[in-house]
Amino acid sequence: MEKFENISGVAAPMPDHNIDTDRIIPARFLKTIKRTGLGVNLFNDIRYKDDGSEVEDFVLNQPAYRKAEVLVAGDNFGCGSSREHAPWALKDFGIKCVISTSFADIFFNNSFKNGLLLIRVTPAQRDALLEDAKKGANARIGIDLENQKIIRPDGEEIDFEVDPFRKHCLLEGLDDIGITLQSEDKISSYEDKRKSQMPWLQGAQL
Amino acid sequence: MAEPKTMFDKIWDSHLVEEKDDGTCIIYIDRQIIHEITSAQAFDGLRDAGRKPRDPGANLLVPDHNVPTTPGRGGIDEIENEDSRVQLEVFDRNAKEFGLPYIPINDVRQGIVHVIGPEQGFTQPGLTLVCGDSHTATHGALGALAFGIGTSEVEHVLATQTLLQKPSKNMRITVNGTPRECVTAKDIILAIIGKIGTAGGTGCVIEYAGEAIENMSIEGRMTVCNMTIEGGARAGLVAPDEKTFEYLKGRPMAPKGAAWEQAVEYWKTLRSDPGAKYDIEVELDASEIEPYVSWGTSPEMVAPIGSVVPNPADIADEAKRSTVEGALKYMGIEAGMKLTDIHVDKVFIGSCTNSRIEDMRAAAAVAKGRKVADSVYAMVVPGSGLVKEQAEAEGLDKIFVEAGFDWREPGCSMCLGMNGDMLQPGERSASTSNRNFQGRQGPGGRTHLVSPAMAAAAAVTGHLTDVRELTAEAAE
Ligand code: SF4
Repeated sequence: MEKFENISGVAAPMPDHNIDTDRIIPARFLKTIKRTGLGVNLFNDIRYKDDGSEVEDFVLNQPAYRKAEVLVAGDNFGCGSSREHAPWALKDFGIKCVISTSFADIFFNNSFKNGLLLIRVTPAQRDALLEDAKKGANARIGIDLENQKIIRPDGEEIDFEVDPFRKHCLLEGLDDIGITLQSEDKISSYEDKRKSQMPWLQGAQL
Repeated sequence: MAEPKTMFDKIWDSHLVEEKDDGTCIIYIDRQIIHEITSAQAFDGLRDAGRKPRDPGANLLVPDHNVPTTPGRGGIDEIENEDSRVQLEVFDRNAKEFGLPYIPINDVRQGIVHVIGPEQGFTQPGLTLVCGDSHTATHGALGALAFGIGTSEVEHVLATQTLLQKPSKNMRITVNGTPRECVTAKDIILAIIGKIGTAGGTGCVIEYAGEAIENMSIEGRMTVCNMTIEGGARAGLVAPDEKTFEYLKGRPMAPKGAAWEQAVEYWKTLRSDPGAKYDIEVELDASEIEPYVSWGTSPEMVAPIGSVVPNPADIADEAKRSTVEGALKYMGIEAGMKLTDIHVDKVFIGSCTNSRIEDMRAAAAVAKGRKVADSVYAMVVPGSGLVKEQAEAEGLDKIFVEAGFDWREPGCSMCLGMNGDMLQPGERSASTSNRNFQGRQGPGGRTHLVSPAMAAAAAVTGHLTDVRELTAEAAE
């Protein structure tokens, strides 16, 4: 995974609540066997008309937001299906950070595993950032993960919380599996214990 | 005396491999079910890193999301859509290359991941079970701590048999009382989601308790646990009891002989201790719940069938009001109209929420001797080949076919718009599935979530219907 770098860019406002992963990437695009290439279909059904042309007033189709790197979103972003295609599509489009008051649990995990930073803020902070985002190309929002700060266009800073382990993985671009395998010996001794305490779990046959 | 523990705490504690300084835990994962749409990238990851599955026998592979459900469907090579065919070929190849237990497309045991796990006895009380699918919560009906994960985590489990997690909060939903006639597990869970909202359970594991849950069949408990994710929680749990043991006994992958006795002894220790503490408690009275339907584009937008479409003007909060306005516009319905005046074009009976034998029976009881309305296309998609076989042995397929329903092969089908079974733009369904999101059943499609009996009732009348009117009619 590549390392997370600081951001200074345009943020796209998506004030709707409960934006679900079917909306982020509809099911018919899940036939892919790759992680890349989903960006063109991000938000497909609200971004394009039936004939394939763009819906003009959809936020990411507007000139100011075509290269947005940040999304400021309504509550409970990413609810619904566990598809990791949702963060893949966001990343592939170029989104590096989503700011909201809350995120669905599975989407939250999936995002960090793909280097997509999710920031939780208070409703008042989110609303202020939505207003900033609405100013389009005239307003750049900064994200400083190391110091855990959002920098508003007027220079005001908003501190945010992030799990230290997730932050470390993002900044270093670390792969979870490698980290877990450092605890191999503990996993093996758990397995030995399970073998004696719950022997019925061994070797079930179809 | 030790602190009383919840069932979630007990399962969590017994699977803790390591707790790091910042509270991140390595949790042992006993079992994983894998399907075709969230696994190709995970297998690629293993291959790229030169890793092997740590415990091949801990996995079970079955295709479901992207398989055609056309009656008499052939093998993978007969699938017309190229992307779908390639995805299933890759899945088949991965299963064989990595030597994993695998139920292929036309095996009689094939079906939806969350139907076949319990059916094969792969799902058992007290274990941790994951799948790259958010409705993995279903398996909690047997007392397993079961939750959905993403593809990176599928790879993580394959490689390490563990996941990095933090403990969830404990939430208990107690459903007291006895449900009225025709009120099913589906109506109860829709009422629960209507009450707590789609983010009500975020960060929690929900334990379902109370008289109505205890009296519910295992199939009904699966329907309830299935939609836990629609309430924002990753996992649902029901304490295992005699019904659970009875359900599991003799299933192909369930323990046998002395191991069975030993397992049951352990399973009996899993229920929450008296006095265990919950972070959130919710109570409902089952006797107050009516048959429910969803009217909007989020599973919390539900109402009893006898009511009307809500009026956004009555909602004070601006963001909520505009969300409801957007939903009504998308759904093509007006504030104040009676829910029973909403006409449907398609009826879908199936999905991991409602495709088990009981669901088939409930729908067939309504369909029997009636005809699907001329304006409606209706389909029944059993959750597995074994459910299909059982239904056919009971003659349910004949009832459906005579009434004008399509009787299909097992799979996820129209629950999600990807495998050919889809709504066309603007079409409206009554569906026994679990999600009514915009475009969930096909771009521009409109979904009303209902129970199997209510779906069958909508099929024969052509509009959302209180099934009790049909049953009362029949009794006269
Ligand atoms: S039936 Fe629907 S909800 Fe269930 S696993 Fe399949 S697609 Fe997911």
